[in-house]
Amino acid sequence: MSALRLRLRPRAAIGAEAARAGRTGDRILFALCAGAGLLAVFVLGEVVYQVISGARPAISKFGLGFLVHSRWAPNFSAFGAAQALVGTVITSIIALSIATPLGIAIAVYLAMMAPPAVRTVVGPLVEMLAAIPSVIVGFWGLIVFSPFVANHIEPALHNVLGFMPLFGAAQTTGFSLLTAGLVLTIMVLPIIAALSRDLFLTVPVELTEGAAALGATRWEIIRGVVLPTTASGVAAATVLGLGRALGEAIAVLQVVGDGTGIHSSLFQPGETLAARIANEFTSPESKLHIPSLFYLALILLVIGLVTSVLARMIATRFDVHRSLA
Amino acid sequence: MTEPDDQIDRGPAGERVLGRVRIQTESLPSPAAPAPLPARNGGAPLIARDVVFDIRDMAVYYGDNQALGWTTFKIYRHLVTAVIGPSGCGKSTFIRSLNRMNDAIRGFRIEGQVLYHGHDVYGAEVNRVEVRRRIGMVFQKPNPFPKSIYDNIAWAPRNLGMREDLDARVERALTQAALWDEVEDRLRDSALSLSGGQQQRLCIARAIAVEPDVLLLDEPASALDPVATASIEDLMRTLKNRYTIVIVTHNMQQAARVADQVAFFTLDPGADRVGTLVEHADTQTIFRNPKDSRTRDYVTGRFG
Amino acid sequence: MTAQLDAPERDPGLPDPSAPLIASGNLRRRDAVSRAVTASATVAAFLAVAVLAILVFTVISKAWSVLSLSFIFTNPSGLDSGGIANALLGTIEIVAIAAVIALPVGILTGLYLTEFAGANSRSARFLKLVLDLLQGLPTIIVGVVVYGLIVAVTHRQSGFAASVGLSIVMLPLIARSSQEVLLLVPGTLREAADSLGVSRWRTVLGVILPTAAGGIATGAILSIARAAGETAPLLVLDSIYDPNATQLNPFGHGVPNVPILILTTSDLPSPSALTRAWGAAFVLLAAILIANVAARIMLARSRRKMMG
Repeated sequence: MSALRLRLRPRAAIGAEAARAGRTGDRILFALCAGAGLLAVFVLGEVVYQVISGARPAISKFGLGFLVHSRWAPNFSAFGAAQALVGTVITSIIALSIATPLGIAIAVYLAMMAPPAVRTVVGPLVEMLAAIPSVIVGFWGLIVFSPFVANHIEPALHNVLGFMPLFGAAQTTGFSLLTAGLVLTIMVLPIIAALSRDLFLTVPVELTEGAAALGATRWEIIRGVVLPTTASGVAAATVLGLGRALGEAIAVLQVVGDGTGIHSSLFQPGETLAARIANEFTSPESKLHIPSLFYLALILLVIGLVTSVLARMIATRFDVHRSLA
Repeated sequence: MTEPDDQIDRGPAGERVLGRVRIQTESLPSPAAPAPLPARNGGAPLIARDVVFDIRDMAVYYGDNQALGWTTFKIYRHLVTAVIGPSGCGKSTFIRSLNRMNDAIRGFRIEGQVLYHGHDVYGAEVNRVEVRRRIGMVFQKPNPFPKSIYDNIAWAPRNLGMREDLDARVERALTQAALWDEVEDRLRDSALSLSGGQQQRLCIARAIAVEPDVLLLDEPASALDPVATASIEDLMRTLKNRYTIVIVTHNMQQAARVADQVAFFTLDPGADRVGTLVEHADTQTIFRNPKDSRTRDYVTGRFG
Repeated sequence: MTAQLDAPERDPGLPDPSAPLIASGNLRRRDAVSRAVTASATVAAFLAVAVLAILVFTVISKAWSVLSLSFIFTNPSGLDSGGIANALLGTIEIVAIAAVIALPVGILTGLYLTEFAGANSRSARFLKLVLDLLQGLPTIIVGVVVYGLIVAVTHRQSGFAASVGLSIVMLPLIARSSQEVLLLVPGTLREAADSLGVSRWRTVLGVILPTAAGGIATGAILSIARAAGETAPLLVLDSIYDPNATQLNPFGHGVPNVPILILTTSDLPSPSALTRAWGAAFVLLAAILIANVAARIMLARSRRKMMG
């Protein structure tokens, strides 16, 4: 290749001129690369700036009270984020509280238990789940899963746990915070599972062998050695999953039911920050509607950035921890 | 139900095949009535001893490659048996086969018999976890868990339900491993803060905290400096009063210093890099009056 | 011989060393616990596979009746009938423009991280943080930001705005995957070129990029597959268009696309419209899954090549 070609050329031929051309070429390449990096930084800065400036009219009108007011009635110019904020938190909690243990279990299976032949098939299939577009998961949620939730899951939960207001009477449509949370579970699960599996595979074989040589069962090795050494990494993976759950707009929009008000029952329709922005952005009904949606976007952006930084911090701590071991 | 749930299989795709060997029907030396030692050349007094491991025609394969040729010898109770030989001669394969640590390695297959107190270690009803609980192992590279010093020791006893007087058990294990004085006031510190030699003694303490019957040591001092090595060797001389010790080492002086019996393995030049047992005898015999010329060449340093 | 015959007494609670090698003490219970955990983890893994199977099977079975070559190659005639050719073309166009924007920027950013900024320099760490934050950005926010930058200015949704939005989604994916692949290029190649006095840009263009090309292409395919199914930005940037016509001018015009077709048709009461939506979902899903499998195969191949 070119390195070879250059070697064949006599040294003298690479004169001062060629050296200068090399230096110019290096400068151009550096400028291009640095420019690309700066562009990425600029894009992020522009995102933050645009969201803040878009939200400014709503911020000056509603202030921080926006966060705690739950009434959202665009045609009456009444805007508050509380309902969507609560919906976002609830759907994310549902998704994470199911996907985290399930994802870790899948990761444990793939990294520590599965026969090699099964592992090479099931691993990629789990990752494939993450590749399905949210609009298709949402479509399935809308047509197939919501009726199933309404007819089977809600009545069952109500029968067993109905003494808690969270599990009120079953609704007819199945469009609810619960369904949205379950659909998000499907989207978050492969993220947590794949990342955790990769982490488990990095546990030094010396540690698992050392534990096995002490007469520990497989589960004791996993609980006593594998999980503790990877705990912070798994936490970071979970936070990344959380970021996905918080920000998903389309699939949630399709099943959450676009409800108003904050209800105690998970079976009631609701709204999340991302879904509301996606749903209403193109059809504003009053002057402060768009700025208020930008305000929601700002809340989402802050939560999202905090989540990303948090995941990174945990992951960095994990690196430090691992280099010690 | 015969497969215990203890295996953590790693590595790329492939089949794991475990050799299953039937126990022969001939009567085995009972532990209650110790078998006499074979006649020895060194003229040492004949002592009747318990046989811990009776290894008969043991051969190990990884896939199609034979790693260890047919090996037959006995390992006796409360002796230190050293396994020596040039690198690649199957020492590690041999010792790891004694407590089934090789089971997780893809393609591992064993032939012949490894009888432990008369029971086939690879028998159909055998529980691998039980095997490892009785036959502990310390590895070449110190591998303390990223836990506190205390928890490194206490972890396995807790699993085994030895929760009574755990503090005393930890102290006893650390004392036996000659580490107590150095860590007495920092038991809650991370084990990773210890020096390499201390870490290895911690691993020995960890292994003896569950009071195994046998301790397998796979080149335990190879990663350590001379001072740490000396302390590990001292340790072995005291530990053999309580445990049967098998140590793999590439260091002949070490074998001469600590071992009662020595098994010398080498690469069989005839076969394709198959490790073979050449000679097993008392340490003095191996070093002063070996039967096999290959042993003599190796222990006198004439080995190529 | 210094060994002693009479060893100290062992704890009476310990297993008799000569007992058969079967579970003793609490091991039977511990084995049962371990086996139960193994069984649950196995069930969890197959549950995930089952969810994938259910999703794929649903899409296939619901789309079955509408699938034909003419579904792909003809334009719709109303909501209830016809194919999805215009939306398919539009999606290909939007994603292609997004890739044209994001690929060079992303690859150059990856090059900056590996070739110019020291691995642990402040600028590299900052840039990696920025890329992580961009990747964690909810895509609906990307949508509203590009809306403010383009649609609010031109007062029109457009295919180009959608492309810009998708390129922002793709950028961090391409940059990070390129960086990871470039890191795998053996340092000896760079040293060899340096020691020969070859200028850096020749080394990059002649040696490093060709070596990493397979891996970079894999990352590019995965990010394109990701962008192809991305719906949230399109909802605010490119959802207003004539659904029955082909529109290939991305400037100032909404361009029909598959994700919006699925989203807007998915809650229509007409069964035949729904079937068309399933058909569109099938085509999109098939393309994305095939791209993922292809990327996986390419990655394995280029890994093997780079490792020698």
